[in-house]
Amino acid sequence: MKLIFEKSKPGRLGFQQPVSDVPVKATLPQKYVRQKEAALPEMSELDVVRHFTQLSQRNFSVDANFYPLGSCTMKYNPKFTEKVAALAGFAELHPLLPQLRSGEKYVQGALEVLYETEQWLCEITGMKAFTMQPLAGAHGELTGVMLIAAYHKAKGNKKKFIIIPDSSHGTNPASAAVAGYDIVSVPSNKEGGMDIVKLKAVLTDECAGLMITSPDTHGVFNSHITEIAELVHAVDGIMYYDGANLNATMGRCRPGDVGFDVVHLNLHKTFATPHGGGGPGAGPVGVGAKLENFLPISRVSKCVDGFFALKYDYQDSIGYIASFYGAFGVILKAYAYMLLLGKDGLKATSDHAVLNANYLMSRLKGVYRVAFDRICMHDCVFSADRQAERGVHAIDIAKFLIDRKIHPPTVYFPLTVKEAIMIEPTETESKETMDVFVEAMLEADALSQKDPEQFHSFPKTMPISRPDETKAAREMKVNFFAQNE
Amino acid sequence: MLATIGVKSVDDLFVDIKPQHAPKSFDLPVGLSEYEVMRKLTRLALKNSNELIPFIGGGYYDHYVPVACQALISRGEFYTAYTPYQPECAQGTLQALFEFQSSICALTDMDVANASVYEGGTALYEAMMMAIRITGRKKIVMDSGVSPIYRKLIKSYTHNLSFEFVETDVLHGQTDRVAIAKLLDKKTAAVILQNPNFFGTIDDHADIVEKAHAVGALVIESVYPIALGLLKTPGAMGVDIVTGEGQSLGLSLSFGGPYLGFMATRKKFIRQMPGRIVGETVDAQGRRCFVNTLQAREQHIRREKATSNICTNVALCATQAAIFMSLLGKSGLKTMAQLNLDKAEFARQEFSKIKGVEVKRSSPTFNEFTLALSKDANDVIEAMIKHGFAAGFPLGRYYKGMEKYLLVAVTEKRTKEEIMAYAKALAEVLK
Repeated sequence: MKLIFEKSKPGRLGFQQPVSDVPVKATLPQKYVRQKEAALPEMSELDVVRHFTQLSQRNFSVDANFYPLGSCTMKYNPKFTEKVAALAGFAELHPLLPQLRSGEKYVQGALEVLYETEQWLCEITGMKAFTMQPLAGAHGELTGVMLIAAYHKAKGNKKKFIIIPDSSHGTNPASAAVAGYDIVSVPSNKEGGMDIVKLKAVLTDECAGLMITSPDTHGVFNSHITEIAELVHAVDGIMYYDGANLNATMGRCRPGDVGFDVVHLNLHKTFATPHGGGGPGAGPVGVGAKLENFLPISRVSKCVDGFFALKYDYQDSIGYIASFYGAFGVILKAYAYMLLLGKDGLKATSDHAVLNANYLMSRLKGVYRVAFDRICMHDCVFSADRQAERGVHAIDIAKFLIDRKIHPPTVYFPLTVKEAIMIEPTETESKETMDVFVEAMLEADALSQKDPEQFHSFPKTMPISRPDETKAAREMKVNFFAQNE
Repeated sequence: MLATIGVKSVDDLFVDIKPQHAPKSFDLPVGLSEYEVMRKLTRLALKNSNELIPFIGGGYYDHYVPVACQALISRGEFYTAYTPYQPECAQGTLQALFEFQSSICALTDMDVANASVYEGGTALYEAMMMAIRITGRKKIVMDSGVSPIYRKLIKSYTHNLSFEFVETDVLHGQTDRVAIAKLLDKKTAAVILQNPNFFGTIDDHADIVEKAHAVGALVIESVYPIALGLLKTPGAMGVDIVTGEGQSLGLSLSFGGPYLGFMATRKKFIRQMPGRIVGETVDAQGRRCFVNTLQAREQHIRREKATSNICTNVALCATQAAIFMSLLGKSGLKTMAQLNLDKAEFARQEFSKIKGVEVKRSSPTFNEFTLALSKDANDVIEAMIKHGFAAGFPLGRYYKGMEKYLLVAVTEKRTKEEIMAYAKALAEVLK
């Protein structure tokens, strides 16, 4: 499909600006003025609408396709929350308004949303306080590790490293490194959980904390979690809960009750806010009493008379981690989702997510080698090693699924499993949809036995076939204008 | 389904969660119907004020968003997709992001741009980290004309890291070139500037760039994309890394987010730029297509050695900005910038006639300017609220000794009538 710049026709306009109603035409000294107009496209509104509508049709999406992308929790996003976020009273609210004297009066509704969402998340996770500011999961991780650093600094602890299991998301070690810590990786045991013997071997007084996803990326809930927490706490380490997989355990287990000191949640996963082709997300961070004083500012507080205020006066705070109060529009959608589901709905969400994942695992495990043969949580991990022996790799199976109009599961992650295929159906999918997926997976296996060569040509039915990624990295064409000058 | 799995009940699926792991409490309200939630949240929305006429900016502006912009990103194919890990079924998102990157490059006159980071503040932080990696140096010179919101954020992030920060004062709303020149040395990683700066002042930083490059330091500039419809580009000034807040490119104010951080740089620095980058390539049949490229910089491959920890960015906001820039187009953005400039200039002229107001500026401003008042700015703001205006931002909140200074923003949405009514109210308040 042509790029929008290639469709541009001189003189066309997609949006008419109003005629100026002020009797002033300002001019700037030449040295401040750009020499050439920015080469943005010249299009009518219809041209633009058609271009982007056609682009959208070249995407798979939850609205149109089964999207069992493991670890991403691609559940259905209720439509009404979009309308909530677009309400003028929220959408048009200026973030600096509460920073004006008596300005808080004019943002009471917004502050109430932030405050109430914090209360809900505290109760769901068993934490004492939340900050809604982090703008994505990885941003929450960085915030969490900064809180850990502040805690140790305040206590005069000399800490050097953070322990992270080898099954973790790449963001965990990256976030801890950005915050200034070294990383110590601990391998998983045969059951998929963290190996406690190996943990003990690396746990010293220089350990600042342990970052762990629960259930982990193997889809396993570690039954020894309280024991692990005791070990880490014994060296005054902080237990960090990566909440990427909270969707498995709502109402069944709260991180705050099993020894975690700090958590981040991904509202775009568990709380159904749309993923937007890669964001915006939201990664609020919750803490227990140990870390509360270090939370970023501002913090929303509720006064005795029910008035909501922004407070900045926290001496031990790590300071500012975002420009404002978080991805407010995203938080609003998550709040609406929680209100809709309520206590029973949230618990049912986790129950159904786990049920669906186990159903898929049971249906597929005779044909694909299951990485950890046990009851799983919200996702199940397979290895395509049997298929790979026939020359059909995880990526080939992924491309086969695309022709069936199914978004492939996550492949080659977690890194601990060879030829990994990580499937997360989520609670919102029906048995019928999952059965269609199972049939496709079984057909892929059958074809891998019969005619493995065929896989290299998949997908066949899409606007493009497999792209040459090496060429992309080598040529680095990332700007239309650079290659056309 | 339970029979297929081979268990009797859903509870059997949670065997790994032992009784000692059970929640100590899960005391939440019961669920509501969609209608009830809508009603509750509509009431909360009404508790916020929409009546105050906004003359407040500070880097976040009340611009008009064409309806087509919202309509297009409301397509489920865009907003319910995720990161384009499988390019064959994500060409829509990938091409839109490639067009976004290209438009940002056109706007800033830079070689390469990424597919977004969270917001303007974190973009500037990432740019600073980039400069530190590129130069191997740890000293940062920062002009106080850079948004104080961004400066606070950067200081919080680097609190535990051993960087040397020096901030230079703003003189009559302008960058202190002499002070910056004195601070530049072989230890300096970067000079951080903003154009227009927090006071709305327009500048040409080419001379600072020249001096910085002479000692091997980079220059980072935070920009306001609408102003670039008219202003000299960072590329033309020789700036090395450009960042900005893209809220003004078709995003609603939404009480602080989600917003859009963008970053652009020179081609030679691309491998040090964080975040996703979409690149052009061809498929097996030789057809042009787009993929996430240079992923070897990123956390999912490099883990603790990645250029940044960022994963989820704000792809939908970037798509929205790409649509906005396409709708406005080459001449539309310029017209919009000129309208902002004209209306702000008219307002400035009108307000300067008021007794008790002095307009402080020694060089041109864009759509925001500073008023020196005869009274405390906070008092004036409070009184102006009673007249129905969000009158501006009190500079004293972030700048010592500026308690009587008010930062006023005038976008293309403000009418002559609103500007005159503001002037009348201000005259009364200052009486």
